[in-house]
Amino acid sequence: MRILEVKDVNKRFGGLKALSEVNLSVEENTVHAIIGPNGAGKSTLLNCLVGKLIPDTGSVMFHGQSVLGRAPHEINQMGISRVFQTPEIFGDLTVMENMMIPCFAKRDGAFELNAISSVSSQKDIIERAEHVLEDMKMIDKRHMVASAMSRGDKRRLEIGMCLSQEPRLLLLDEPTAGMARADTNNTIDLLKEIKSKRDITIVIIEHDMHVVFSLAERITVLAQGTPLVEDTPENIKGHPKVREAYLGESSGH
Amino acid sequence: MFGLDKKDTMLLLLVAALTALAPFLLNPFPEGSAMAQFNAGYPDLMQRFVIFGIFAIGFNILFGLTGYLSFGHAAFLGVGSYAAVWMFKLLSMNVLPAIVLAVVMSGIFALLIGYVSLRRSGIYFSILTLAFAQMMFALAYSVLTPITGGETGLQLALDDPRILDGAVAANGNIPVPGLFGMEMRDSVQLELGAWVFTFNFGYYFSALVMLISFYIAIRIFRSPFGMMLRAIKANQQRLNYTGLNTRPYTLAAFVISGMYAGLAGALMASMDPLAGAERMFWTASGEVVLMTILGGVGTLIGPILGAGAIKYMENIISKINSDILHSWFAFLPDGLEDLLVTLVYPFIGKGWHLTLGIIFMLVVIFLPGGLVEGGQRIARLFKSKKTDRSAPKPQIEPGE
Repeated sequence: MRILEVKDVNKRFGGLKALSEVNLSVEENTVHAIIGPNGAGKSTLLNCLVGKLIPDTGSVMFHGQSVLGRAPHEINQMGISRVFQTPEIFGDLTVMENMMIPCFAKRDGAFELNAISSVSSQKDIIERAEHVLEDMKMIDKRHMVASAMSRGDKRRLEIGMCLSQEPRLLLLDEPTAGMARADTNNTIDLLKEIKSKRDITIVIIEHDMHVVFSLAERITVLAQGTPLVEDTPENIKGHPKVREAYLGESSGH
Repeated sequence: MFGLDKKDTMLLLLVAALTALAPFLLNPFPEGSAMAQFNAGYPDLMQRFVIFGIFAIGFNILFGLTGYLSFGHAAFLGVGSYAAVWMFKLLSMNVLPAIVLAVVMSGIFALLIGYVSLRRSGIYFSILTLAFAQMMFALAYSVLTPITGGETGLQLALDDPRILDGAVAANGNIPVPGLFGMEMRDSVQLELGAWVFTFNFGYYFSALVMLISFYIAIRIFRSPFGMMLRAIKANQQRLNYTGLNTRPYTLAAFVISGMYAGLAGALMASMDPLAGAERMFWTASGEVVLMTILGGVGTLIGPILGAGAIKYMENIISKINSDILHSWFAFLPDGLEDLLVTLVYPFIGKGWHLTLGIIFMLVVIFLPGGLVEGGQRIARLFKSKKTDRSAPKPQIEPGE
């Protein structure tokens, strides 16, 4: 079953054609990677999926429902969570508080004026947040102010925050960008573990081929705003068109 | 106690004790002594301490928690005052209906202004709120004179209807605001040796209202709603992508803080039943920003301290004149005395703004957390002297 269906999406920024005639379909419970050189339109495509950008033409369907024209929080409530290129967390809040907020969003929806009961009386939320923190092996850091953590831990926290909402689709925008090798490998292991433990569809944008080939079941190659090929990792590796677009090599080289 | 944890209960009790004992604490110097002019324990000023404390507590919910700097909050103070005075004129001199109407009216105004202004954030939000407040000031000053009294302000008159207590006015005097028979200006004086302490009903009523406001603010700080507001300040984008709609949260914070301002305005009118447009002027909006920053942005008790500090300076330092300075330095040789008086003179009397400005700059540069951070540093100094250095560093919690 297809969970995400992108059809004939076009997006222009002034004279620049960022996306042209993009078609993409993602099968449920797979890891689908989108790769491509800088400026290929990967991030633009992702932004169109989460409501940050609205495509000029085309459609984006999630579980048979259009996401176009919906605000980011509505799209999230439909079951799409996004991890950003630079970890977006609540820096001034503690790790525990960071984890509780998505739990509130999951339980109470987009807005709930709960101004009188105290946070410490929300036992179900605390339990849920602690459970996810334990899962992410971060429970010992629960009282830390989030901005004081290392980049790897911030990334881990952000992924945990997304998972605590039990999304059906997790979007990862270069989750290992700027990470040391060890942190990158940890992230790969974490994502593998996440995938093995639950039913979740992951769409990942990545530059690092090591990450892509360790995780992805399907790969779409974008170049200059258009999908070149979509195939399994094995076939992509040797694909002449991919080598040309991605590595700047001619096929005979 | 009251659904608060131990630390917050202690804080609430501390504030309650300080406000209850304020007539003593603020009058440390004997009457007639040279230092008596530093006494702040007279009803008028004590009322201002707690009323502006309420204003600043509410402002802090918007600015301190949510991170939205409103530069037009005095508009709601003015709306509250006008609403209260109209209630005195039309219905009754009892302050309760006046307070209720003031809070409702300022809430409605805050809803309208907030709905428009919160479409933008950062500096654009500040400018929008400033523009709204200045528009309201200008309207109150000119076009709306039938409602606001224009330049002279809105005053009580002998022939006001006062539907509920018309009989009270029969004796030929304009009645004064009160609460079930007690008048706001009622005072009891206690003379202890050279000291004179004044206990004023209006002050204690305002102080009680401030304590309730403070208690509600603590509950908001510790609630899931308060946590969302702090999350908006920390990272609005993440909150949007976490499935939460930030707009109603910010609007709710704006309306709540507007209602606090309206409450403060109603109390001002209750202490002195007169409302003028200058209460909505932009300097009044700026003052509450200064109070919050001076006391400690985003802390619970900071705004109260900041409001107290600024109102103290405004009323005490501004009263010092050159004669008083001369009497202070009279023990010095004439030339030196004149020199010192000349040097200090710009900082006193009408120059108190200069003193305030310097103190404000020093606080912002050296104590970004305001007076609360100053207090924490002193407390830590004492703590580290008592315990050894291996003691764990106290965790800085955003709410305290």
